[in-house]
Order: sequence, then structure tokens, then C-alpha cells
Amino acid sequence: MPEAATMSRPAPSGTAAPLLAIDGLEAWYGESHVLHGMSFHVNPGEVVTLLGRNGAGKTTTMKSIIGIMGRRRGSVRYDGVETIAMASRNIARLGIGYVPEERGIFSSLSVSENLTLPPQVKPGGLSVEQIHELFPNLKERAGSQGTKLSGGEQQMLAIGRILRTGAKLLLLDEPTEGLAPVIVQQIGRTIGRLKSQGFTIVLVEQNFRFAQTVADRHYVVEQGRVVDMIPNSDLDANIDKLHGYLGV
Amino acid sequence: MFTVFGVPSPALFGQLLLGLINGSFYAILSLGLAVIFGLLNIINFTHGALYMMGAFVAWMLLNYAGIGYWWALGLAPIIVGVFGVVLEKVLIARLYKLDHLYGLLLTFGLALIIQGIFRNQYGVSGLPYAIPPELAGGQRIAIGSTPIMFLPNYRGWVIVASAVVCFATWFVIEKTKLGSYLRAATENPTLVQAFGVNVPLMITLTYGFGVALAGFAGVLAAPIYSVNPNMGGDIIIVVFAVVVIGGMGSILGAILTGFGLGLVEGLTKVFYPEASATVIFVIMVLVLLVKPAGLFGRSA
Repeated sequence: MPEAATMSRPAPSGTAAPLLAIDGLEAWYGESHVLHGMSFHVNPGEVVTLLGRNGAGKTTTMKSIIGIMGRRRGSVRYDGVETIAMASRNIARLGIGYVPEERGIFSSLSVSENLTLPPQVKPGGLSVEQIHELFPNLKERAGSQGTKLSGGEQQMLAIGRILRTGAKLLLLDEPTEGLAPVIVQQIGRTIGRLKSQGFTIVLVEQNFRFAQTVADRHYVVEQGRVVDMIPNSDLDANIDKLHGYLGV
Repeated sequence: MFTVFGVPSPALFGQLLLGLINGSFYAILSLGLAVIFGLLNIINFTHGALYMMGAFVAWMLLNYAGIGYWWALGLAPIIVGVFGVVLEKVLIARLYKLDHLYGLLLTFGLALIIQGIFRNQYGVSGLPYAIPPELAGGQRIAIGSTPIMFLPNYRGWVIVASAVVCFATWFVIEKTKLGSYLRAATENPTLVQAFGVNVPLMITLTYGFGVALAGFAGVLAAPIYSVNPNMGGDIIIVVFAVVVIGGMGSILGAILTGFGLGLVEGLTKVFYPEASATVIFVIMVLVLLVKPAGLFGRSA
């Protein structure tokens, strides 16, 4: 089938099989059809961004990967396992950590309870000490109520708590949204460190200037599908095209 | 003997004790309702019927199997809890995506069915259940030579046992790892599930635990009130008022309001007996006017 052949992009030659392969993914909010055949892949150890305007379907893609979209169809393969029909708790247990756009810090839990809430799903996660070293603020405020933290600290907590679980693929949905530049830089450095430790990261971003500092490749999302892929090295050469996509 | 505002001390403390006993039952029952409402978003109208069932299970264990009070105190909650787990799995679990009202209607219907079955089988005159011999008798409490009150041992035991169970439940929910899952799932079950936690199983077990508390209260009540198919329906209306006053879903609120309102009811019986049956509902109206989320509730 020639159509199927164009849908699934083969992994670039010379690399291992992709860690995450998404093919023809469709998803719905109630009656409204949001994803119309998303297809992309992420190789082990890569940082990949999904760029696109508001409402393009980036967050829905993240929710579909972790399995919390009620109705979804197509193919999401993680480490060779088809997850499209799995419950989200079983998808997480394959080793995927999810940081939602709204951060999802629990107000009835303290900072340290929030940090240790997600169960360990795979061996080799960071220890609480290592997470405290990465985000010293979390150590100082361990006893505070989770939602009493500043926006930046909440984001660090949301990222920190999935590093404990042993997840190898991190889904970060707009980690820099609404944060001060100095905090954005800290999160950028953290993403760089995590990449150097072998984590694979899918990042949703509106801010491609930030994305440029951390990512290997960028997928451009429009109306529920991937319309372009730009390697980070080509980003400056494609800046006009990208402005057109993002409408900035 | 001395008097307080013209009321002799044994009458005053006697009524306060009675209030505290009623408060113990309000506290355990509203605690179970609060835990269930928090995680399941279901207003569990079967709670009174399952409290009654706890008392009947204790009676049946004694009369059909010769199993006494102390074993029943452990077994009856387990039996009621397992019954609750089956109800949740088979019926209630189908309603989570619908409006609260459907859960209320279903559990109300179930309560009527359960009560009807027991009424049909055992009549409404009530069955006796003896106080265990270890707790028969009572203590005269006096300061010097001034008698304060007579405290029956069993009633003292009910207050202590309820307080311990309430504290233990509060401790598990607020201070342990297991409790942190419960609190997190109450706030955002989808996200807790996306971390790899089996939330549907947690929901089932929470319902089972909540109704097991009702079963436990039923066993405690069996020697005090007669074992009667209507005992749950009588108390549950007051317990719902307690939950509304304390704040839906608040654990500490349910416990403190339960004991507190029992005392208020007891005091009203001493000073203005005519109002004792309505005082809790008057307080409910006042609280709803001033703090619609309840005394300890977090407003949404």
C-alpha cells in the first residue's frame, strides 16, 4: 500500500529502532475530532519538540501517548509495544513519565509527598537526593503544601517527581509556560542534563527560541497532524517558514 | 450533687454522655461517607442500611453460629465490606461518568431493598443483643463525695473504640503513603492513573473500607439500640446533616462535627428538650447560610 508507506517515516539510517513510534494517530474530545493522523517518531536519547499554534493538537498528542484521551485510534508503539488499547496506568508502567501542561501538583499533598507519589515503574530512577541536587528549592520547601510553591518550583516538582520512577521517556507539556526567563534557563539546563544522562524527551513548546536551545529535531503540528520536520541544525535556515507555521 | 443552671449534675452529665455516644456513631458514619464521597463522588445513601446490616450480621453470627461480640466486631465489618465491594463492582462503578444524582438514586434504591429484605425476614420489633459480659456494669464517677454521674462500661467502650477508629482512619489518610495516593486520587484521578497507579482498584477498596466502617458502627450499636431494620434509616438523615455541616469530603471535619453535634444534641436535651430533634438541622441551615462549603470544607 503506497499510502501506508508514506505515512510511516522510516527511522533515519544508522540509528537504532525508534523508542516511540506514532503512526496515523487520531483522537477525539467527545464529538470533536482533534488528531487527524499524527505520525512521528523519537529515537532513544533524543530531545524532540512538537511546535505549533494553540489548538494544533500538541497537548492532545501527549495525552494520547500516555493514554488519558478517551477515544483514540491508530498506532502508538513504545519500545516495540503497541499501547493504543492499553489503560494509562499500564502505559506508564512501560516507563513513560508525564508532566501535564497544568503541572498537576496536588494541593492536599506536601512537596515531599508530591515528589514521592508516582510509583517506581522501572529500575534506575533518580534518588530523592539526586532530584534535590537538580532542584535545590524542592529540598528547602519539602514540608510546604504542594500548591504553595511558585510556578517555577511547581514545574520543577512536576519534572522531579517523574525522574524518580525510572521512566526513560519523558513527556513535558509546555514546561516553560508562564515562567520567568531565569527559570526558563534553569529548566533548559535541566533538560540538557537529563539528555546527557540518556533520557528521551518529547517537549511541547510554543517558544521555538527556547526549543532551539535544547532539541535535536522539531516536528511542526498543524490541525492535528505533523506537517513538517526540521532538524535543529536547519532551524535558522528555515526561520521564515517556521514563522509562517506559527503565525508569529 | 450540684446543679448547673438549675439542672442536677447527674442529669446534665448523663445527657452529655448520651450525646457523646450518639456523636460517636455520627462520627464513624459521616467519616465513611466523607471518604466515599471524596474519592467516588457518590453520596452513599446505602450507608444507613449497611450500618443496620453490620448490627444484623453480629446478631446472626451470635444466634446462628455462636460467634460472640468480640469476633463479630472484626468479622461483621469484613462481611459488610465485601458486600460493599460487590455492590461497587457490579452497580456503582457504572455511574462514575454520570451526574451525582444517579449515584444518589441508585444507592437510595439499594438502601430500600436491603432494609426491605431485613424487615421481611425479621420484622420491625427489634432483636435483643446482650452487652458482652466483660463490659457489663458501670462506674460511679464522683469528685470527693460529690457524685457526678454513672458511666456504664459499655458506653465508655463505644466512645473509646469510635475515637480510636476515627483517629486511625484520619492518620492513615493524612499521614501515610497509602493515604497520599487516596488524597491525590481524590483531587485528580486521571493523573494518578497516568503515573501507573491502579485507581479503579483503589476506588473499589475505598468503598469497601467506607462501608466496613458503617458495619463496625452497627456492631457497636447492637447492644445499645435494639437490632432493628429501621435503625439505619433513622440515623442516616442526621448523619447526612452532619456531613453537610462538616463539609463534604473533609475527613477531620466529619470526625469533629460528628462528636461535636452529638454533644450539642445532648445539651439541647437538657436545656430545651423540645428542640433536641431539630437542633442539628437548624445548625445545618445556619452553616449553609454562612459557609456553604461546610465548616471544614474546601470551597470548589
